[in-house]
Amino acid sequence: MSDIVISVENLCKSYHLGAINSGTFRDDFQQWWARLRGLPNPHLKVGESDHDNRDGEVLLALKDINFTVQQGETLGIIGRNGAGKSTLLKILSRVTAPTSGEVKVKGRIASLLEVGTGFHPELTGRENVYMNGAILGMSRGEIQRKFDEIVDFSGVEKFIDTPVKRYSSGMHVRLAFAVAAHLEPEILIVDEVLAVGDAEFQKKCLGKMDDVSKLGRTVLFVSHNMQALRQLCRRGILLENGNAVLDASAEKAVQRYLQNAPSVDSAFDLDNIIRHLPIDPTFRMERIAVTQQDKPIGNRVLNGLPLEIAFTYTVLEPTVGLRVFFDLCDLDGALLLRSFHDEQNDGIVRTEPGCYTSKAIIPANMLAPISYDIIFQAGIYNVRMCIPEGVRLRIAVEATGDKNRAYVSDRSHGKLAPIFSWTTVAQQSQNF
Amino acid sequence: MALDNDLIVKKEWDLIIRSQRAWWDLRLGDLWRYRDLVRLLVWRDFVSVHKQTVLGPIWYLIGPVVSTVVFTVIFNRVAKLSTDGMPPFLFYMAGNTIWAYFSACLGGSSNTFIGNAGIFGKVYFPRLIMPISVVFSNLISFGIRFGVFLLFLFYFMLTGSDVHPNLWILILPVLLLIMAGLGLGIGIIISSLTTKYRDLQQLVGFGVQLLMYATPVLYPVSTAPENWRWIFLVNPITPVVEMFRMAFMGGNALSPTYLFYSAGFAATVLAIGVLIFNRVENTFMDTV
Repeated sequence: MSDIVISVENLCKSYHLGAINSGTFRDDFQQWWARLRGLPNPHLKVGESDHDNRDGEVLLALKDINFTVQQGETLGIIGRNGAGKSTLLKILSRVTAPTSGEVKVKGRIASLLEVGTGFHPELTGRENVYMNGAILGMSRGEIQRKFDEIVDFSGVEKFIDTPVKRYSSGMHVRLAFAVAAHLEPEILIVDEVLAVGDAEFQKKCLGKMDDVSKLGRTVLFVSHNMQALRQLCRRGILLENGNAVLDASAEKAVQRYLQNAPSVDSAFDLDNIIRHLPIDPTFRMERIAVTQQDKPIGNRVLNGLPLEIAFTYTVLEPTVGLRVFFDLCDLDGALLLRSFHDEQNDGIVRTEPGCYTSKAIIPANMLAPISYDIIFQAGIYNVRMCIPEGVRLRIAVEATGDKNRAYVSDRSHGKLAPIFSWTTVAQQSQNF
Repeated sequence: MALDNDLIVKKEWDLIIRSQRAWWDLRLGDLWRYRDLVRLLVWRDFVSVHKQTVLGPIWYLIGPVVSTVVFTVIFNRVAKLSTDGMPPFLFYMAGNTIWAYFSACLGGSSNTFIGNAGIFGKVYFPRLIMPISVVFSNLISFGIRFGVFLLFLFYFMLTGSDVHPNLWILILPVLLLIMAGLGLGIGIIISSLTTKYRDLQQLVGFGVQLLMYATPVLYPVSTAPENWRWIFLVNPITPVVEMFRMAFMGGNALSPTYLFYSAGFAATVLAIGVLIFNRVENTFMDTV
């Protein structure tokens, strides 16, 4: 095909685990000197061979990846933490080189692996726009032309001449994304930048990326936000352990990803997942208890009983806008509802360090007798998610039998099955 | 639009990302494309250092004056080192002004990879931009120090001291170019090696200090004992410092032909530096 703009061929990347070398020049020099004289490596442990030592420490982050991207395509890259997404993006954005294989590119690539790279806290918003733009590869003229547009998009006009160290983290992110959004590369690579910012801003960002792709530019998008991915991308590549296991429509890739989600079927396994969550500087999830009638749920959840969800977590520093919440999704990944622990408050709450338990009750007669994924999450409003992918629990709900069972085929008319209060009264009719 | 498309179709690949580029593929064209970034980095360095300071750029003035006073007291009054008949204060200031440019270039660029790992890990731009901007940034602080030096020079001339600025002044850009080349070249070699060997970072600090004493910054090369003279002549910085003093203060220094040696040395170091740097920039993110 002639309009292929990215061609990835046999791409491999391996990392040496542990120490890259002995760490000091002296030891390396001794090893080199010994090798030169044909002597064994003086720093090996007895019984270890040089060969073992080298092979044992290699991690293959990408294993022979091949794909092409055509002009104007929007490609989503999906995968769990450690699947190789970031490595792939790093290679495409030239932050690091592949171990073997090659990538051929037509046109200018701009990559957004992080928003606000190079922001200097002492400089004003205006100065940082120029700085950041230049780092991302824009010329001064280009930035000047788009300056007003950038500031407008960011919504921080009033503070544009204030040093960014006085910005709230939300403003910081908005300004940074605004700069990046106005890059006009032929190929745009975006990593998880939408995890920050409020919903409205996220919508704005998605809209902007949509515009970019409509202009015939190519977008590569990585996100854990399946909804956004589906909305934006037409094609999806699913990475698992460094292999591209699926290259299909975004819809299919998302579905496959969700099917293979390491969700746990029983609440007993939650502890294990929680223990292995990535470390967050402010927030530590201690325990998530999912119970019915104070007993941990087993394989079945009855929709006739309330379902209690209790988050126990430690907050390590005073934080404004910390929220724990959960998503209720069907097995296609569609979000049915999201509920925050503080949604009945009036303002944004400041949480002091300490250990807390937040408990939610999904009332009886709310869930339909189908399977759901509950995704437990925590985030700091406008700043970041504390658990990047959330913790996923799959539950299979069974009907308690309160509905009219006379109609057998009525069983699964919807994703939720709350009981509404129906009344039926016979009306006196004039017409009869 | 259709025309646009045709153009794109006919174009060959703009960029091929491979594990190793050929060693001669330096992508110096990229550097030119990012020249605005150099300008902004220089400007950022200058502006951000002085935000929230009371005295601002005056610090550029205080630094050299204070260190010159210290040198004068210790090396002239206490140790009684010769200054070849030149006014000691001016002698030290001259040496210090040109030396400081070299040491700042070296210090700044030797920190390239470690100091910028955060940015380098997130976005691509030619890595050489960073050390190059260091060289230009320091040119500004050199300019200010140099201005201070000139003020004192005039003052000493007016009060009838034995200083004779001469036409060799015109060679100043060449001197700066050599110093920049040396500082940058050695600096990027060190920064390339520090990605693997952190030990080197420790070495830079006192290495520069030692080098200063091995360079006739605080004494004229003429006071060196005859059988030790070669040490100074091997040192490519010696001719630059001596020439700088000779140009602005007169006296006879080394023969200017030694500058060819310095220039050759600087060019060689810089070339080696760029090659090594280029090699390392590909994968240093994996080792830092």
